[in-house]
Amino acid sequence: MDLYEYQARDLFEAHGVPVLPGIVAHTPEEAKAAAEEIGGGIVVVKAQVKVGGRGKAGGVKLAKSPDEAYEHAQAILGMDIKGHTVHRLLIAAGAEIAEEYYFSILLDRANRDYLAMCSKEGGVEIEQLAVESPEKLARVNFDPNDGIDAAKAAEIAEQAGFDADEVPALAEVFQQLWTTFQKEDATLVEVNPLVKTAEGTIIALDGKVSTDDNADFRQPGHAELVDEQAEDPLEAKAKANDLNYVKLDGQVGIIGNGAGLVMSTLDVVAYAGEDHGGVKPANFLDIGGGASAEVMANGLDVILGDDQVESVFVNVFGGITSCDQVAAGIVKALEILGDAATKPLVVRLDGNNVEEGRRILAEADHPLVTTADTMDAGADKAAELANK
Amino acid sequence: MSIYLNKDSKVIVQGITGGEGTKHTRLMLKAGTNIVGGVNARKAGTTVAHQDKDGVDVELPVFGSVSEAMAETGADVSVAFVPPKFAKAAAEEAIEAGIGLLVVITEGIPVQDAAEFYNLSLARTDADGKPVTRIIGPNCPGIITPGEALAGITPASITDAGPIGLVSKSGTLTYQMMYELRDIGFSTSIGIGGDPVIGTTHIDALEAFENDPETKAIVMIGEIGGDAEERAAEYIKDHVSKPVVGYVAGFTAPEGKTMGHAGAIVSGSSGTADAKKEALEAAGVKVGKTPSATADLLREVIG
Repeated sequence: MDLYEYQARDLFEAHGVPVLPGIVAHTPEEAKAAAEEIGGGIVVVKAQVKVGGRGKAGGVKLAKSPDEAYEHAQAILGMDIKGHTVHRLLIAAGAEIAEEYYFSILLDRANRDYLAMCSKEGGVEIEQLAVESPEKLARVNFDPNDGIDAAKAAEIAEQAGFDADEVPALAEVFQQLWTTFQKEDATLVEVNPLVKTAEGTIIALDGKVSTDDNADFRQPGHAELVDEQAEDPLEAKAKANDLNYVKLDGQVGIIGNGAGLVMSTLDVVAYAGEDHGGVKPANFLDIGGGASAEVMANGLDVILGDDQVESVFVNVFGGITSCDQVAAGIVKALEILGDAATKPLVVRLDGNNVEEGRRILAEADHPLVTTADTMDAGADKAAELANK
Repeated sequence: MSIYLNKDSKVIVQGITGGEGTKHTRLMLKAGTNIVGGVNARKAGTTVAHQDKDGVDVELPVFGSVSEAMAETGADVSVAFVPPKFAKAAAEEAIEAGIGLLVVITEGIPVQDAAEFYNLSLARTDADGKPVTRIIGPNCPGIITPGEALAGITPASITDAGPIGLVSKSGTLTYQMMYELRDIGFSTSIGIGGDPVIGTTHIDALEAFENDPETKAIVMIGEIGGDAEERAAEYIKDHVSKPVVGYVAGFTAPEGKTMGHAGAIVSGSSGTADAKKEALEAAGVKVGKTPSATADLLREVIG
């Protein structure tokens, strides 16, 4: 899960990373009150969106007074930044910035360890810096079992070209950021810019943190960080039913078992759609290995809740689960849904005990169900039905 | 011949007494796997009743630890069916015990745990400086050498032994591809898993298939996210002489949405299916648009 800046700021603070005072505001009134609480001086009004480039889009403004904070808040709230609507702001204390640096820790998938990156030139697009001046970006891989201790932190700062007298203060912050990364089960902790103030203090001015959903069982605090307002209602409903669902923009609902097979099904349906008025897959839905009647019913319920859906393609390969169980699940699911099921279903079953599965579907002879022998034929039929 | 797993492999199951462990121990035995026991510290000294592939009753001993199981049975492969919470401890136990092959089936392991136990495996090396333990997974269907042994959850009934080697990130997509090519058969089929940090990679499997005399052609299945397929393409260009056909799932996946597997996400310009397809084709790999088209390509190259 990607966190908002203010959530990253809070996590930093909890792990001892130096940050500036900051208060979340949802209205111009709250923004003004926050500015007053911070001390009435200069504050920065920052749009909270999970997308880069908000400064350029006008989502970050300096306010010299609480009244100005009110005005900026009024302008920024509701703004659309790359498709993200601004619902909240971070009102942050102003700082006298002497220098801007960059620091991050991330999971390095290729090396299967962690990577720390650091540059004396922060505050810019780091991807751009990495391409244009790679020598200015220090990259230090390290063993997850070792982490960033004082020596490793100093090594990173030195590689980035910091002078010896600057290293200790930076190294301390790097270690605190490592603690944040480790304790919060993060896959990314990025500070850009990490600033040195006029007084010489190091402060994390803007942060980005991504956490690992697989670790939710040991991170009870992370549940509170979920932004339910921003979630698609169908995705939220699916999540409540433990379904792995992603809403897409199309007409053919998809149900399958196994992430790879479902992704593949989306592709095959999209190709088939090219011959049927350009219809596209409406969603990703992986019901997992089990595919019981209840799971199938919940899945169909979510998909049929999408008004755009005109047909549904159920593509299941019976591996451990046999196809007769899946077929029985579909029949039962249609029974449970009753009149709520209104769109045609194309079902393709293959694998373990497929003959019995097909027999069950034929016997049930549900008016909405069509069967297909192959994945390609099923995709074609579902696309055709969605285009009617 | 085969890679990593054969009829002589002595397999133990970590979590042999649990629900999944029990079910898949039964299926692995039925597939011919030489399972010699299991591990559960709380049930050490007991046995579990199963039947081997000929229907003969067997009593499998349950040991208190992997090292004990290895000492008593000579086991060289462990398959872990352990809930995410306990998976890291189970994997580290197997690595510390020096098991040769560790197959981690468990889905939903925190990626930091996987990174930690994977790097631990790198630190435990033999006299030649090679890691003692090869890890397959996590979040994978495991490995099957049809007709010989299964260490994982791949349905053994799909197909028999044959000349195709298969390596894939995905479970059901692997089954689908084996099903498409069931008339030809497979030397070994290995599912490496869809998590961001995995043990055995496409490249490892490609190298092993290249060196396996029984494997005549290779199917490589990838999906969106990361750059493992691009790196595999580079490797194929320089090191693989056998024909390779490829398939990549997720051409229609939008940016920023995780498609089921924790690792399957397109971020920015990287990790797209198109980029992977291009890289593979540049390396001389024929890439199918769909699983069935990929199976057709394999039929062409194998003649």
